[in-house]
Amino acid sequence: MSARPRKAVVIGASAGGVEALSAVLPHLPPDHCPVLVVIHLPSNRQSVLADLFRDKCRMKVVEAEDKAPIDAGTIYFAPPDYHLMVETAFTVALSNEAPVWFSRPSIDVLFETAADAYGPGLTGVILTGANEDGAAGLRAVLAQGGRGLIQSPETAYARLMPETALSFCSGATVRPLEHLAAELLKGAA
Amino acid sequence: MASIKRRLFQARDHFGCRSISMLQDMVLHDETMLGALMSYLTVQVSELFRDPAYFRAIREKVVPHLKTYPSLKVWIAGCSTGEELYSFAILFREEGLEERTLFYATDINQESLRKAEAGVYDLDRMRLFTENHRLSGGKTSLSDYYTAAYGAATFDKSLRRHVVFSDHSLVTDAVFAETQFVSCRNVLIYFNRDLQNRAVALFADSLSRKGFLGLGAKETLRFTEHHDTFDEFAREERLYQKREAA
Repeated sequence: MSARPRKAVVIGASAGGVEALSAVLPHLPPDHCPVLVVIHLPSNRQSVLADLFRDKCRMKVVEAEDKAPIDAGTIYFAPPDYHLMVETAFTVALSNEAPVWFSRPSIDVLFETAADAYGPGLTGVILTGANEDGAAGLRAVLAQGGRGLIQSPETAYARLMPETALSFCSGATVRPLEHLAAELLKGAA
Repeated sequence: MASIKRRLFQARDHFGCRSISMLQDMVLHDETMLGALMSYLTVQVSELFRDPAYFRAIREKVVPHLKTYPSLKVWIAGCSTGEELYSFAILFREEGLEERTLFYATDINQESLRKAEAGVYDLDRMRLFTENHRLSGGKTSLSDYYTAAYGAATFDKSLRRHVVFSDHSLVTDAVFAETQFVSCRNVLIYFNRDLQNRAVALFADSLSRKGFLGLGAKETLRFTEHHDTFDEFAREERLYQKREAA
């Protein structure tokens, strides 16, 4: 391994998340470091997210499959009704463990495992949501030396999630939705 | 592994341990602890006819093949508390295959196996199970197969007439029978690649020529050593068929 840490971005969103993600993901260039996304949806097993974003994004968009290697230039969506985890070997793992914050996939689970794998190379992003999921996860990202980015509650469709994340993570950067993509790209150099 | 680490920390907190080594000490010196810990380390949530499209594909695409066999052996690997097993038993009865079939339902968790053998589930889960069964192409009413009392649904013991329950580990144990169908869903996601390779090798050994392997909705053989041993039989439903000359 080189001295420079491997980079990745993890994003968590809940209520209003599809619109918020639409303001971020399409701005990322095709060679961007890998992006892993958890968005809370009803678990009707219909995986429409990857299809929804595929045409809008310049990065490759997939629904995460168990044991897939995590590659640059790719956006991975958690499949409905599974937790999305990152292994320290930089592969994806799925899990049927109990919901966290009534949610499966859970943002905390993704962020905590990704923080273990990527350490200071990780950026965690908390977007709109009416749920407290993600706050403990973002704290774990910062504790491992990673970067925290929170959508400003005023620009969020639902403020509870960004507000809770803020109260857990004073070291995180807060930006309005329209500036989040630019802020993300700053760290990508 | 990320998942096992999470659950170990949960178990540490649940059992009031300050550290993993304290938990280890308890397991080493208290016989009852291993079973209790096992319930934390294995994931036991399932549904009857979970992912109805899987069972629909079995009905429509696999059953016609299975009907050509005079006798069948089906292995439910990692059967947990039995939901998958009862789904198969009901489907095979509906399709007229039950009498010629022997099911092996295996798991490493003894407590889960006991529950599987009892076949008792919360009554409030039946609405979901009934809907799943209907979507799977069920030809009968799910309520024909259980009796409801005191908030619990008890599945008919006749469904277990063709079932052998057994303690079996995909990690340490060997193949025990030749089978025509192995269903192992949402078990391999908890294995690393080495263990996945071992488990899939067991399935390949156990399956007869052109036998079927069913995996969970988001599982794939693509990242294992054995992707060449199987053909994709129903891609979306994660049904594989062992190749002729594997």
